[in-house]
Amino acid sequence: MVSLAIREKEQRTHDDGVGAAFEPLKSVPVRHWGQMIAAAILVILLAAFIVALAQNKKLDWDVFWQNLTAADVLGGLVVTIELTVVSMAGGILLGVLLAVARLSSNRVLIGLSSAYIWFFRGVPLLVQILVWGNFALLFPRLGIGIPFTDVMFVSVNTNDVLTTFVASCVALGLHEAAYMAEVVRGGILGVDSGQREASAALGMTNAQAMWRIVLPQAMRIILPPTGNQLITLFKSSALVYVIAGQDLMTVVTGIGATTYRVMESLFVGTFWYLVIVSVLMIGQRFLEKRAARGHQR
Amino acid sequence: MSALRSPSASRPMVEIAGLHKRFGDNHVLKGIDLEVTPGEVMCLIGPSGSGKSTLLRCVNRLEVPDAGTVHVDGELIGYRERNGKLYDLRPKDIARQRRPIGMVFQRFNLFQNKTAIENIMEAPLRVARETKEVARERALQALDRVGLLDHQDHYPVQLSGGQQQRVAIARALAMRPRLMLFDEPTSALDPELVGEVLDVMRELAASGMTMIVVTHEIGFAREVGDQLVFMADGRIVERGDAREVLRNPQNPRTKQFLDAVLA
Repeated sequence: MVSLAIREKEQRTHDDGVGAAFEPLKSVPVRHWGQMIAAAILVILLAAFIVALAQNKKLDWDVFWQNLTAADVLGGLVVTIELTVVSMAGGILLGVLLAVARLSSNRVLIGLSSAYIWFFRGVPLLVQILVWGNFALLFPRLGIGIPFTDVMFVSVNTNDVLTTFVASCVALGLHEAAYMAEVVRGGILGVDSGQREASAALGMTNAQAMWRIVLPQAMRIILPPTGNQLITLFKSSALVYVIAGQDLMTVVTGIGATTYRVMESLFVGTFWYLVIVSVLMIGQRFLEKRAARGHQR
Repeated sequence: MSALRSPSASRPMVEIAGLHKRFGDNHVLKGIDLEVTPGEVMCLIGPSGSGKSTLLRCVNRLEVPDAGTVHVDGELIGYRERNGKLYDLRPKDIARQRRPIGMVFQRFNLFQNKTAIENIMEAPLRVARETKEVARERALQALDRVGLLDHQDHYPVQLSGGQQQRVAIARALAMRPRLMLFDEPTSALDPELVGEVLDVMRELAASGMTMIVVTHEIGFAREVGDQLVFMADGRIVERGDAREVLRNPQNPRTKQFLDAVLA
């Protein structure tokens, strides 16, 4: 029925105003029976699942609604957002530096950048979070001194500086930087080399060409995967509950553990993660439209 | 050869001596010597792969030659000479040396993220540090010169190939170059758009600009060119007065090439 309605709309007489009016040819569209049957089956299954969930006697929906806007849940959500923003900002900054180092002509910089990316992409994020969360086991004190000697000018207790929030930011940020480095590098390489040559021929320095010409154009390529990275990071931040990161996940698992309402509290978390991800996706689409300037007529 | 020389009327605008360039095993330039006098239009022709574009790109050091020297307006490109020793110039000094050398590319290479007038104003603003008013005024003049005043706010994708190339020429002119390099400026254009770009170049030549033009447009070379250089396999095979060489090529390879192109 839907397809028929669309057809009728199209079948109005076309008139471009210069006397070239024509009547579109009428034809009966092909019926894709296989697709229709598949769609019907999937809709029925989905409906059955939703009904089963809604009428599930083992689920106490009151617990869900009570905790949805509870103060500590919202507090956890704020921590999760803060964690994501700080880690992403750090990850982008370090990622750009890593990408530029990787594309430089200095072999040591290229090697160090490659090694960084290899290591931080290679080690599971969960392991990295645990290492940073327990960093004091390795280095009880952190400070500034002369390398390769025992001379220390200032030092502090590791656990005073590397709080769970800071440790979470460090773990997520360093991990994110490795991925962002590859995203940024891909974006820079995706800009036609002629753009840089034209900049050079006009007497621009490498830095001017990079910041004024290459990176703004690379943004168009960098933005979509960066949006995905941000969404992934936002969700991955839930892992910091293993070091009691006080984020949304820490809070909802805590509620589950004390009330024995594990599913209900996980659904509370699910709800808020989905809300924020939806907001991020809308923002992503808006930014991509802006970055496409100069690339569409 | 010295980087510092007393200016004289007869000093060549471009002086290339013993230039070699190798890409891996591919010996692209095999000892090129060339002089371009101020105000001259030199056309470089030859089969593809003969090294014409590489030679042109060595003039503003987009390619770094393996041997030989390039002087532009008396200045040694890419090095500083002290006590008989050559020192590589820093990137920012090479950038400074490129300022008076305009270049036009086969694929236009307009900045895709900037409008026509922004393309033209970019270098005067950021490189020459002109004020916005001066840069805009001069950009408008340059646009007027290539006949695209009414397209100043168009992005490159909104312009035809011929229009893009004319903006690219205006962009180079806005830096008030003493030398213009053209790297097959009409090769990427639809046939009906070639004329408008050649018109702009013809007018530029008439204004006294020193130009090196890598081209397949034999008609342009005959009409506008002063010196014609025919290259093949990384060497200069024949050179001389453009009309003279085209009318009566001495080298059989030149003759063979011209017969093939003009057929």
